[in-house]
Amino acid sequence: MPSKLLKIRQHSVIPGFGITMGFSLLYLSLMVLIPVSMVFLNSSSIGMTAFWETVSSERVLASLKISFATSFAAAAINVIFGVLFAWVLVRYSFPGRKLIDGLIDLPFALPTAVAGISLTTLYAENGWIGKVFAPLGIKIAYTPLGIIIALIFISFPFVVRTVQPVLESMDIEAEEAASCLGASKLQTFYKVILPTLLPAIITGFALAFARALGEYGSVVFISGNMPMYTEITPLLIRAKLEQYDYAGATAIAAVMLVISFTMLLFINVLQWWAGNRDRSV
Amino acid sequence: MAGNISAQYMITNDIKRQEPKTMQLILISVALIFFVLILIIPLVAVFVKAFEQGAGLYVFSISDPIALQAIKLTLITIGFAVVINTVFGLTVAWAVAKFKFKGKNLFVTFLDLPFAISPIIAGMIFILLFSTTHGLLAPLLNAFDLQVMFAPAGIILVTLFVTMPFIARELIPLMEAQGTVEEEAALSLGASGWKTFLLITLPNIKWALLYGVILTAARAAGEFGAVSVVSGHIRGLTNTLPLHVEILYNEYQFSAAFAVSSLLTIIAIINLVVKNIADWRIKKQENRS
Repeated sequence: MPSKLLKIRQHSVIPGFGITMGFSLLYLSLMVLIPVSMVFLNSSSIGMTAFWETVSSERVLASLKISFATSFAAAAINVIFGVLFAWVLVRYSFPGRKLIDGLIDLPFALPTAVAGISLTTLYAENGWIGKVFAPLGIKIAYTPLGIIIALIFISFPFVVRTVQPVLESMDIEAEEAASCLGASKLQTFYKVILPTLLPAIITGFALAFARALGEYGSVVFISGNMPMYTEITPLLIRAKLEQYDYAGATAIAAVMLVISFTMLLFINVLQWWAGNRDRSV
Repeated sequence: MAGNISAQYMITNDIKRQEPKTMQLILISVALIFFVLILIIPLVAVFVKAFEQGAGLYVFSISDPIALQAIKLTLITIGFAVVINTVFGLTVAWAVAKFKFKGKNLFVTFLDLPFAISPIIAGMIFILLFSTTHGLLAPLLNAFDLQVMFAPAGIILVTLFVTMPFIARELIPLMEAQGTVEEEAALSLGASGWKTFLLITLPNIKWALLYGVILTAARAAGEFGAVSVVSGHIRGLTNTLPLHVEILYNEYQFSAAFAVSSLLTIIAIINLVVKNIADWRIKKQENRS
């Protein structure tokens, strides 16, 4: 094994490639690759017709529709506020800026179950925030709107954290040139700043969207889990597992995994492309 | 370093670069309102609701035997996740960051897999492997009378899965940026590989490693979806803190649920504080070199 690997890597005086690479590959295979491949192994043993019947059933399709719509809405809202936050944090100074910057990552640190019960309590009809909307006839908790709120919370930091460093390292010459040539602030933003930020914005959106699609902990509390109305796909997989319908759960999981892998690949290609573009400039 | 330069630019070019004061004020206000509504109120609500029925109930909720058992299992899980992932993270970061080899990008993508997978599916794949009725390894497990699913072992296993990338992801970019010059110097002066790692590499990455450990610990403490699938919810045996929160909440014991949640929230806040200290330290280190 080591001699074969030696040909793959470039020569180096640093020791330990064989053992570290070997151990990493072994651990990765045992802990990740084999377990994940179980989904495809099991779903291929179900048979094409049964697989298709499960995946195209009304309840599964409804759950996919709800998952995609709410995740997309949450990620889109986070793009708008994420760019705004990155902008405000990088370009302006105001009291409490450092503190806010430090708290942006709270959704990554806070357990999803805690976020779930807290948001549900706040947005229920008698909660602090739900109370304000209830007289207007707007119900938030136990509706798709509640799911979107939970997903906004858990995926909030992605766009801020991808856009912020790009904005920090941006050259101001281009902006100055634009304004010298008579561009308005708005024109400069749309034609100079936004195109530079675009790869970071798309990466942030994709990360937020992917995270939202798989989210379970916070949504299970706020959604109310009504089939065809507020049942997202991970909840449906969970429900099938509890009924010991492993074949059904696996089939739906296979569809979700393919979507996740595609997104992961897309994000990596995008970052590679953005990296190359930066280098060529 | 880049941050530093742009900060200087910002000061010298303040007037040309910035929007009118009123515009700034509007943008900052909108951001602050969103921030308070989405992040701060849910955070404050945890503590307010936890103490709503008095400090007595709070103390009772977190010192109840079942809660104590959940704390114990959570701490054991954190211990396993931190130790094993530190070893794995250091190993994988050494292989990826200090060497050039074919297929590196693909390898790093595989490393990210646990982040891309829904926690529910993460739990499910271990059931497909270890369930004593449906699992691939069922014959083996039954032959030795082993129970992995619906037992603490299963909880530790899925936690290892979901926390796997954290330390490696913190270390790889930093170690790549630091290059191999210092290690090569030590080696050429006759230091052993192990000594080079302990005396040169480790001091250079200690803050990133600490932050990776904190992230791992926080996620191990807070993981809900994956753990919920494999736990079987056996009270006093396979409940972690987040699962205990769910049970209390579903039984309408809201104050108790928030009291236990407040423990997890404190862990989250410690996590943020350490993150900011580590970030600041890493930046300082970069500026010095």
